Amino acid sequence: MVPISWYLVLAAVLFSIGVASFLIKRNIITIFMSIELMLNAVNLTFVAFAHMWHQITGQIFVFFVMVVAAAEAAVGLAIIIAIFRTRQTLNVDQVNLLKN
Amino acid sequence: MSPNVLALLPEIILTLTGVLIMLAEPLLSAGSSRKPLGWLAILGTVAAGLASWYQLGFGTLHAYFGTIQVDTFSVFFHLLISAIVLVTLLSSVDYFEGHATHAGEYFALVLFGAVGMMLMTCSVELLMVFVGLEISSISTYIMAGFRKGQASATEASIKYFLLGSFATAFFLYGIALAFGATGSTRIDSISMGLATTATPTLAILALALIIIGIGFKVSAAPFHVWTPDVYQGAPAPVVGLMSTAPKAAAFAVLLRILFSGFPSYEPRWAGLIWIIAALSMFVGNLGALMQRDVKRMLAYSSIAHAGYLLVAYTAFPADGIASACFYTAAYAAMNVGAFTVITQIGGYNERARTIDDYAGLALKRPVLAAALGLFLLSLIGIPFTGGFFGKFYVFSAALHSGRVWLAVIGLLNSGIACFYYLRLLAAIYTRPTTENDRISAAARVSIPAAAALAITAAATLWLGIAPNGVLGLAQQSADSVHTNPAQPAQDTTNASR
Repeated sequence: MVPISWYLVLAAVLFSIGVASFLIKRNIITIFMSIELMLNAVNLTFVAFAHMWHQITGQIFVFFVMVVAAAEAAVGLAIIIAIFRTRQTLNVDQVNLLKN
Repeated sequence: MSPNVLALLPEIILTLTGVLIMLAEPLLSAGSSRKPLGWLAILGTVAAGLASWYQLGFGTLHAYFGTIQVDTFSVFFHLLISAIVLVTLLSSVDYFEGHATHAGEYFALVLFGAVGMMLMTCSVELLMVFVGLEISSISTYIMAGFRKGQASATEASIKYFLLGSFATAFFLYGIALAFGATGSTRIDSISMGLATTATPTLAILALALIIIGIGFKVSAAPFHVWTPDVYQGAPAPVVGLMSTAPKAAAFAVLLRILFSGFPSYEPRWAGLIWIIAALSMFVGNLGALMQRDVKRMLAYSSIAHAGYLLVAYTAFPADGIASACFYTAAYAAMNVGAFTVITQIGGYNERARTIDDYAGLALKRPVLAAALGLFLLSLIGIPFTGGFFGKFYVFSAALHSGRVWLAVIGLLNSGIACFYYLRLLAAIYTRPTTENDRISAAARVSIPAAAALAITAAATLWLGIAPNGVLGLAQQSADSVHTNPAQPAQDTTNASR
């Protein structure tokens, strides 16, 4: 059997990749995808711990995270379309009207 | 009435009103006024506030397998959130008139956001806290970009959305690790689980991640980067709402998690909060000094106020929680008031933006100028205003708990803050109007907006002259958070196993 720590390390690595690409990437859609990666890393952690504690709570949590992520994606993509309509680009470096 | 319905009565009323508005919106013809929907939303908010007040008579209510706990603490924040939402709706009934085509959606979103915030303050299960947080956040993301034709508004919306979701991921990872360390996501069970946990490192990491997640939501430094841009680009009434109500809810969640969930780790998290509080005060106040845009300046000021509020978290529980609750109320009154004035002066297209645009306001719009003056004086912390007593209680709680240096930093920062608030006040009262054509003297304040101004001004003065009523409620709230953290509801202890 695969020990629990492997899952946790995998989740931590995925989460870190998500954080890193959130900070490095310049396309809004890619940034949005890295947030989804972070959320899925959290889901993996929840499932691993749910297995370790023999508790269903962690698995229920995963369902809620998925539902909320879907709702968030709907709103996020709508905002991204609004951004594209007003300035014809999805590069975050060019979305910079609000600066001093 | 079943206990479940009773416990969530305010949320249910708001949800039903919001759904009703959403259903009515497409039935109205394209060009017709959306004001009736606005009034319906106001009616729903008042009903929700009354329902919260009604709940106060029942003591502590437990519902939905113990995930919801309605105590004085919850009711305090429910009333506060209802009041903020009421004022926001009053000041924005006319705001979208003739500009946005589907303004009804805005009213519904405000109500849905309020449902999420209320849910956050009355949940004792982190799953429900998360769901509430997301309901409130998603509504606020949309509201921030409601003027969707304007490039600056959509930019504010996307920045808020991306950084808000980023923060949510941290918050969730914190919950996952807390679950791993203690085997539960209920706040009271976490507190018990911490005593026997085999992996305290995991619990500390969990706590740090939760503080980071909430830190983003309350825009505390160093997690504040989104705040100035979002506040500058979002519509003024929405900024008034989102700088107070979701923050109050997030502060309430943080109070519950820290004082009910992790009381045994107090020495560890108090140090972290100390640093965040000091940093927020300096970043907020020094940042505000550099700003010319009024909304941007108030954004930095809200970072500074988050810092003052966090000072209360480092104090002893009884004083600290009570003063934090009082401060959220005082800050809400003055900040929503200030943004109500800004809404009235700027209008939908925000003609007046910079401090220079406000020059000579006192001659052209004397009543609005006087109201803004009152709110700015309260934000400084002049006696006889809510801001003064808020700061007074927070800093005296910190001093009594031996946090002398933090109190000194706070007072020093209050001094720095005078400069930028007074600069705006000086522009309003001392500069001639000839150099400024951004403000029209002919425009009139509508009746609902005048009511919103009257409510916030009265609340600011009331909290400054007779703070005892609210303070008493805040002290009862403090008791319901920290005296019985480890008493789970009888019927629910093992419901999730």
